[in-house]
Amino acid sequence: MADYVKMWQDLGMDLKSHDMLCQVLPTAVGDVFLTQQSRPKAMDFWDLVISEVHGIRPAELIEAQKAGRKVFGTFCVFVPDEIVIALNGIVTGLCGGSQFWVPGGEAVLPKNTCPLIKASVGARLGRTCPFFRIADVYVGETTCDGKKKAYEILGQDVPMIIMDVPQMKRPKDILKWKDEIAEFAAKAEEITGNALTVENLKAAIRTVNAKRRAMQRVYDARKSLTLPISGRDALLMTQISFFDDPERCAQMCNRLADELEQRIADGVSVANPGDKRILITGTPLAVPNWKLHNIIETSGAVVVCEEMCTGTRYFENPVDDSGETLDDLFMALAERYMKNNCACFTPNPGRVEDIIRLAKAYQADGVIDCSLKFCGLYDIEKRTVAEALKAEGIPVLPLETDYEDSDAGQLRTRIEAFVEMLNG
Amino acid sequence: MSGHYGIGIDIGSTCAKTVAVDPGGSVVWRDLRPTGWSSVDTAEAIRRDLPEAIADGARFVATGYGRVSVPFADRCVTEISCHAKGAAALFGLDDLNVIDIGGQDTKLIVVTGGAVSEFAMNDKCSAGTGRFLEVMANTLSVSPAGLCEMAARGGETRISALCTVFAESEVVGLIGRGAPRENIAWGVVDSVARKVKTQAGKLRLGPGPLCLTGGLCDFPFVRTRLEAAFGRSVRTAPEARFAGALGAALYALR
Repeated sequence: MADYVKMWQDLGMDLKSHDMLCQVLPTAVGDVFLTQQSRPKAMDFWDLVISEVHGIRPAELIEAQKAGRKVFGTFCVFVPDEIVIALNGIVTGLCGGSQFWVPGGEAVLPKNTCPLIKASVGARLGRTCPFFRIADVYVGETTCDGKKKAYEILGQDVPMIIMDVPQMKRPKDILKWKDEIAEFAAKAEEITGNALTVENLKAAIRTVNAKRRAMQRVYDARKSLTLPISGRDALLMTQISFFDDPERCAQMCNRLADELEQRIADGVSVANPGDKRILITGTPLAVPNWKLHNIIETSGAVVVCEEMCTGTRYFENPVDDSGETLDDLFMALAERYMKNNCACFTPNPGRVEDIIRLAKAYQADGVIDCSLKFCGLYDIEKRTVAEALKAEGIPVLPLETDYEDSDAGQLRTRIEAFVEMLNG
Repeated sequence: MSGHYGIGIDIGSTCAKTVAVDPGGSVVWRDLRPTGWSSVDTAEAIRRDLPEAIADGARFVATGYGRVSVPFADRCVTEISCHAKGAAALFGLDDLNVIDIGGQDTKLIVVTGGAVSEFAMNDKCSAGTGRFLEVMANTLSVSPAGLCEMAARGGETRISALCTVFAESEVVGLIGRGAPRENIAWGVVDSVARKVKTQAGKLRLGPGPLCLTGGLCDFPFVRTRLEAAFGRSVRTAPEARFAGALGAALYALR
């Protein structure tokens, strides 16, 4: 492993605490990923990235900053990457997927806050996430109450932009989101010192669309009954895509998709005969949260699709790049991002339609609807989801969990029982 | 039909239940003992105690939270599937709704046409489980059986807290105010029944009857309060605490 200690030191990180975090990650990666049989060779890229997740990409970001580029840290799939990319800025995800950071978050937040928020705040305040240290600006959004309030804590000594996501999907809400995007663009111009043009925005839209298409290709391969990739590997690819350079991400996803398509042609499957195909829906799974996939895929089932922010919500729906003015392009962006069926919207029939559509397209035997503890929005929506799936004759298992391992046994019992039920 | 016996071992959080069935599916042996601190030792002790004529060539299925700690099991099947199968056999029904109140968790299982169609389990919280009853019995210095007997003589009392820890404080408060023990016991059993009913709200119960299995089925007042909470009759059977083990034994015949 390359030596990043100097870099972490320069970033003002808490090295002692960060060392403890670095010690647990390799075991987790080994247990969850490297024990798998017959993995696609192209996963070597993501294996490398995850093995030095706090090293390789942060080093690149720091080099880019030296060349005058600005880094925007984001929390949510509603933030339009295209704007930042058009202005020669860089978008990166931020840390928030490990129990390691939760106690730090609980020191300042109520315990009944979702683990994703607690972990993000813990990673930020505990100075153990390089991405939080590197980012020149954080971009938040109003997709839930917990995040809204957490941003007031996160933004104390780094500039914070908050985009106001509408809570309904009427035409006026889409117009409002367009205005938010325009306002964000103005702020991003100020931060980067660059001007947005029709040309650079169109180019950025094409870059992100290409990344979306590449990710979709990998997911399309998962629709095959000859399953060429495990859910764990696909999830890792998606999780890392939030941190990677979009062009390299597209290139690597296409390289993986090439191999997966060849595997399907050759009849190479990672699933055992009789494994049940599961679609997962619910709240995001941030790195290194692989708990659910790992339990499912060691209980006689395979994950074939994630209807999640770390899944289809991230890359479905390309942006129309045919507009001739910035206003046209802002509108195209607004329309695309407002197609995202987050549980923050009311009513939200689109999510149920998505789940049913995806369950059919990916030939799922059953759906697991899993939300992070204390996420009221997704938890409440479970009933609507379950009723709709039952009406379609698709079995569903609702679950709730957090980042702790203490409920792994209980989750396994439920998941095994669900698989036994699907086996009849 | 296979010629071997089927043996189901249900390692619960409190008790280990074992049922052996002959190749025709009839129960020939039963055993109940505390799980103790080592599921592996308990499982080994059960195997030693099995009559040789049954154990010889038998297949073993383990279930319950300690199912992975039965080293000689041919297969593990979850307690959900086992309770469903066992209860269906016990009550002679293809359509039923199983309420299993165990030591550490409570399960509701909808069985349709002999197969599990839906289920729900309590999460980490122990409210509505045998453990809740046990903790409250300790507070009242009686056994769980004693609490249930006492409760039958008590008058209506509401314990509002669903959390075991808070409910215990509430019980201590009731004791402090001089409430009769019988009434407090009534409130404890009623609280378990209401919690189970709330849990059932997440499911669409099937057309069959409600059937109570698990360790609490020996206490008639639990059934009485469940019937009040659900507004319908609840069936049970003396051997119902063996439902999971019976289901496992029947799986072992396959």
